[in-house]
Amino acid sequence: MLKIRDLKAAVDGKEVLRGINLDIQAGEVHAIMGPNGSGKSTLSKILAGHPDYEVTGGSISYEVNFAPRNLLEMAPDERAREGVFLAFQYPTEVPGLSNMTFLRTAFNSVCRQQGVQEMAEGPFRAFVEKKAALVDMNPSFLDRAVNEGFSGGEKKRNEILQMAVLSPRLAVLDETDSGLDIDSLKIVAQGVNKLRTKDNAILLITHYQRLLDYIVPDHVHVLSGGKIVQSGDKSLALKLESQGYDWLKGLA
Amino acid sequence: MSTESREYKHGFVTDIETEKIRKGLGEDVIRIISAKKNEPDWLLAYRLKAYKHWLTMKEPHWARADYKPINYEDLYYYAAPKSVKEKPKSLDDLDPELLRTFEKLGIPLTEQKRISGVAIDAVFDSVSLGTTHKETLDKVGVVFCSISEAVQKYPELVKKYLGTVVPHTDNFFAALNAAVFSDGSFCYIPKGVKCPLDLSTYFRINAQETGQFERTLLIAEEGSYVNYLEGCTAPQRDENQLHAAVVELVALDRAEIRYSTVQNWYTGDREGRGGIFNFVTKRGKCLGKDSKISWTQVEAGSAITWKYPSCILQGENSVGAFYSVALTHDKMQADTGTKMVHIGKNTKSTIISKGISTGGSVNSYRGLVKIMPTATGARNFSQCDSMLVGDQSGANTFPYIEVKNNSAVVEHEASTSRISEDQLFYLQSRGISQEEAISLLVNGFCKDVFKQLPLEFSVEAVKLIEMKLENSIG
Repeated sequence: MLKIRDLKAAVDGKEVLRGINLDIQAGEVHAIMGPNGSGKSTLSKILAGHPDYEVTGGSISYEVNFAPRNLLEMAPDERAREGVFLAFQYPTEVPGLSNMTFLRTAFNSVCRQQGVQEMAEGPFRAFVEKKAALVDMNPSFLDRAVNEGFSGGEKKRNEILQMAVLSPRLAVLDETDSGLDIDSLKIVAQGVNKLRTKDNAILLITHYQRLLDYIVPDHVHVLSGGKIVQSGDKSLALKLESQGYDWLKGLA
Repeated sequence: MSTESREYKHGFVTDIETEKIRKGLGEDVIRIISAKKNEPDWLLAYRLKAYKHWLTMKEPHWARADYKPINYEDLYYYAAPKSVKEKPKSLDDLDPELLRTFEKLGIPLTEQKRISGVAIDAVFDSVSLGTTHKETLDKVGVVFCSISEAVQKYPELVKKYLGTVVPHTDNFFAALNAAVFSDGSFCYIPKGVKCPLDLSTYFRINAQETGQFERTLLIAEEGSYVNYLEGCTAPQRDENQLHAAVVELVALDRAEIRYSTVQNWYTGDREGRGGIFNFVTKRGKCLGKDSKISWTQVEAGSAITWKYPSCILQGENSVGAFYSVALTHDKMQADTGTKMVHIGKNTKSTIISKGISTGGSVNSYRGLVKIMPTATGARNFSQCDSMLVGDQSGANTFPYIEVKNNSAVVEHEASTSRISEDQLFYLQSRGISQEEAISLLVNGFCKDVFKQLPLEFSVEAVKLIEMKLENSIG
């Protein structure tokens, strides 16, 4: 579904990714781990199409309707309508815009693109309330402004709620575990697990292995110095947990 | 199809024979206007007094607006469709061309098609064509008619209140209006009556090189309530057109007046050619105790807007409010705000102003909060927020506060922000297109004002803002 080849990228003229290769198939969960500053978040922003990140080389091909498309040529909103989703590390507050209106506008944008019937306000509310239960979110949050005054944990749950509503084919979760206490982490992880299907793929970006206790990945990659230096199964995550990131230095 | 005609769907011209008085201003013109309307002597005297005073005044230029001098001798001060010389008995008998015009503007006037729940006074150039739903209003004694008709039918009321809120000496444009005002709406809500319908006036400028000088007078007697709506459009023309209206509101004991405007006069083209000069004086007087007046405005049109709907809070415990969204694009200039003058004890006022500037436009908020020595316990809260879209637009805030009673509490908050790239990206990353994302963000920004509008008006305002944004961004 996703093929990244020799991807290079810069932020403010500084090279952050130095040739990433990664293949993700439908139904898989991949985890990318790595020390701070290794380029993990840059990769997630590039997948979503953030305008501040400049791709300086390589390619990303993403399958749309069983045919590969150049993801880098698609606008951020088009990517989202074709099933790419980024759960933000720091979700943005949008005062004045209700969560419900936001979700419905997003949902209907995707429907229009996919040629599916849009949903009216009433049925949509019922649909969203069911999804909110997945992440144990009180429905009162639906009528509040997007992320405004939400705690860190509430913001992360709101991200997973959006994922549940939009049911993306490729979900990138950027440090979704950061700032969560263990109870919130469990709730968020359970929510994500319920959204795993054979048709979608999930890319977890995390610094710590503890998230992977709850969302078990099929593949683990270690990112260091802007390159994937090692790939393996979930045992690699455990190795990182016990040995830290220092042993990677020789590999970068 | 040119881009301009796509942008302003109300820019069409109605092809109709018009009767005009000669260009330019003089006693003779005023006498003709007055004679055409068969006015009593006191009103002609009032007009002439105003005209003499106007001659002594200079056009004000303190507002943040640049424009070429207006040649007052090169304007028509009166234009009316020939077909309504003898006013038709019913709107159904109106010239079909005029009916079509209003229908095209979304304001059907005939019995069969008219909008339920709203009584409409349709003003075309210098005359009122008539009002809908008269029977329903008659039953409860509500008077809603053109001011010319009111002068004939209710001269005592007009004489008692005309010019008491905005005197003819008030300012240059108010003096001009008092001299030459042609038509406008008159509303009278009797004691204790909650007006069963929303009242609405729709202003349409059609004739070329013609100023529109309408005059609106609204009186709410003790314990009455009225919701009043106002809409305005004009054809696209290359020259500027002057619109200098005066609106006066009077609220007696415990009366409440809610006055809403969606202003969408022609703005001129992208280079700033043409468009309406909207130089308007609107003021309400809370004369009675516990009375309330609120102004809600969505200012999205005109080349230049120069407008400060104000409240004089004279009655004890009276309440004034001003809610405003002003959107400017391309070369538009808006200098708008309010005045809250606290005279009575425990008077309260609220000001919420949201300015959005896009393109190369300039949007200024100018407001005065004045607490007089008599206004013990007065309170004001003001919030003025500006949003800039793009990097060529500008916003100014000029809050003036004069407090002469130290028991008063006056709060002022202001902010200026750009549409945040982070918010935009966040919305886009959920599949929402850039235009739709901007409109959601702007609507979020204006929410506190939009929620003050009656429902249908609020829907219309949101659509108008979205359409304007679509054309000015991207």
